[in-house]
Amino acid sequence: MIELEHVSRRFGEQLAVDDVSLSVARGTITVIVGTSGSGKSTTLRMINRLIEPSSGTIRIDGKDTAAVPGEELRRGIGYVIQGNGLFPHWTVARNIATVPTLLGWEAGRTEKRVDELLSLFSMRSEDFAKKFPHQLSGGEQQRVGVARALAAEPGLLLMDEPFGALDPIIRAKAQEDLLAVQRRLGITVVLVTHDMEEAIHLGHKIAVMDGGKLLQYAPPAEILANPAHGFVERLVNGVDRPFRLLSLSTVATIVEPGTADGPPLAETATLRDALSELLWLKRDALPVAGPDGSLIGRVSLAALRAHAGGPA
Amino acid sequence: MTEATETTTPATALTTRLDRVGIVVAVIAVLGMDWQPFATLKPNRLISGQGLSLAASLPTLWAAIGVGVLSIATIVAVLRTGALLRLATGIASLLLLAVLIGIVPATVVPPGNAYARVSPAAGFWLMAFAFAVLTTDAVAKLRLGPLARLAMLAGAVVTVAILLGSGHWDGLSILKEYATNAQKFWREGAKHVELALGSLAAALVIGLPLGVACHRNATLRGITLPILNIIQTVPSMAMYGLMIVPLGLLAAWSPLAASLGIRGIGTAPALIALFLYSLLPVVANTVVGLGEVRRSVVEAAEGMGMTRHQRLFQVELPLALPVILTGIRIVLVQNIGLVTIAALIGGGGFGTFVFQGIGQAATDLVLLGAVPTIALAFTAAVLLDAAIELSERRRL
Ligand SMILES: Nc1ncnc2c1ncn2[C@@H]1O[C@H](COP(=O)(O)OP(=O)(O)OP(=O)(O)O)[C@@H](O)[C@H]1O
Ligand SMILES: [Mg+2]
Repeated sequence: MIELEHVSRRFGEQLAVDDVSLSVARGTITVIVGTSGSGKSTTLRMINRLIEPSSGTIRIDGKDTAAVPGEELRRGIGYVIQGNGLFPHWTVARNIATVPTLLGWEAGRTEKRVDELLSLFSMRSEDFAKKFPHQLSGGEQQRVGVARALAAEPGLLLMDEPFGALDPIIRAKAQEDLLAVQRRLGITVVLVTHDMEEAIHLGHKIAVMDGGKLLQYAPPAEILANPAHGFVERLVNGVDRPFRLLSLSTVATIVEPGTADGPPLAETATLRDALSELLWLKRDALPVAGPDGSLIGRVSLAALRAHAGGPA
Repeated sequence: MTEATETTTPATALTTRLDRVGIVVAVIAVLGMDWQPFATLKPNRLISGQGLSLAASLPTLWAAIGVGVLSIATIVAVLRTGALLRLATGIASLLLLAVLIGIVPATVVPPGNAYARVSPAAGFWLMAFAFAVLTTDAVAKLRLGPLARLAMLAGAVVTVAILLGSGHWDGLSILKEYATNAQKFWREGAKHVELALGSLAAALVIGLPLGVACHRNATLRGITLPILNIIQTVPSMAMYGLMIVPLGLLAAWSPLAASLGIRGIGTAPALIALFLYSLLPVVANTVVGLGEVRRSVVEAAEGMGMTRHQRLFQVELPLALPVILTGIRIVLVQNIGLVTIAALIGGGGFGTFVFQGIGQAATDLVLLGAVPTIALAFTAAVLLDAAIELSERRRL
């Protein structure tokens, strides 16, 4: 659990972060989104005290971070930045071992942990451990960057535009990897991006910032359905808002009794996928199959329409 | 195939088969072989002597081998030949020249004449220069790695050592100068190396921390670098001159300084002047090297929880190393040369022979100081170039 209480940060005359308060629940992903210069990175970097707040309090699991020496605090928090910042003169294994080495882990334990992390990101140790960063592709570098941040088993991972430098396909893969790893390890993630699409896809909660202020802090569905007036509204207003909304729920949430003709949809499919199928097959309804494959009802265009609209 | 190449004239066909560097090499080599004396024979060490052509300074068989092999080598140089062949040709020619010059004294000096002196003359030096160019050009074309270049340097050192040890060159004037100055040669040589390395070490001890401080503090950087730049522009003679007065006063005023050997002339002012010259390259390259470390890498190091100290020694300095080594290379090669001038103020070093030789108009004594200085500078350059390249391998 991370709590920011009335946190501000000045750079000279400029108020880069202006009285931000928010709390992040343990084991969730929070995405900070906003335009360039809105204070996202500054907010993130105040959590691990790379930047000291000018005023306000930050607590992690109830403990004021100002009471812990900066280096010690940072060794317990994973940190990933855009362009990954791998150490070019160290091998992949040595890079991943950075924090365990700083913490003085014994060699055997560190080595085992490096192997574990490489396999978590489906990189064979024999192929990758001894390589240098410049011998890796951008996507591989990014994965090593995340592996390095997770090396000392932190409960909290801070990520500043971690996927910014990746092409769309590798980026999508990296996002899926992150979701899988987060679910599996149960860690808390705070991620900064300026891409609303990414925020909606990854975040349990989204914090929208502009001009140093926190404008809205809510789950994605809430942000899409009831955006705060002004900036947030402009940010989420767009042709594909209904589709974004649909992609947040699964078929299971609107399945209705009855039958229909055609190939069944899985109940775990998103509503966006369901709409896509219905339109493509030119049907008004399709049957829905449960986890065991048996038919459990149907999904109709009318139900989808009711789910995709804004306030009447 | 374009039409232009199909209609090549014989003249352009010829020039495309010639090697540009090779043409220069050939012109110099031919000039040295046919128009300049190969060796000089002097009745004694001070009287100017008489130039001898290659044919006149060697027994017939050796002269024939010399002319034959060096002519073939010149042809290899001028044509577009493979780099490996060019390298072998260059090395073989240099080796042959080294052997030939050693044969001259026994050929031209009547037995029993202890005063006559034989030295290499312009023809020898021109050919040596030409084939050294051929060799280094071939090394560059082959893109030899640092280790291969170090091996070649070691080979050259061993070859020279063998030629010296075997006594093959003992008849040459420069070695006769050495024989009369042997003890002093090694003493001054040690002094030369001591001054060059000592001033470098002092510059590193002060310059590296100063460079790190300048990297971190823009104000300090803004003051320090211009001052060091100005120091760098003071001519070396003037710098040594400037040292004399304050150090002389210091010695007169403080018995401790005097007892430590600090005087207006001698080793202390030489060391201080060289140290001052060394500071700029060390500090400036440290600042540039640290500045070139990518921002994201430094931020990652900080974000991982490294202390400033750990960040500096584990990340920033290792990544800046190639640039810092480049600064060290500049300093070392520059200092090996500048130490020569330090002899003027009694600083010692190989320069002692150079200035003594100039004073006595004894060219061979000048060479006894100059040749080892050049060899030292060359060796230092090759060693550090290899070190720089090795340290660069792991940079992004
Ligand atoms: N170290 C600093 N010194 C002075 N000003 C700073 C510093 N760091 C950030 N700022 C300023 O604070 C404001 C917020 O910066 P911040 O890096 O938090 O923005 P951001 O939302 O992360 O933007 P981006 O999407 O471009 O990364 C900017 O106007 C920036 O110029
Ligand atoms: Mg940012």
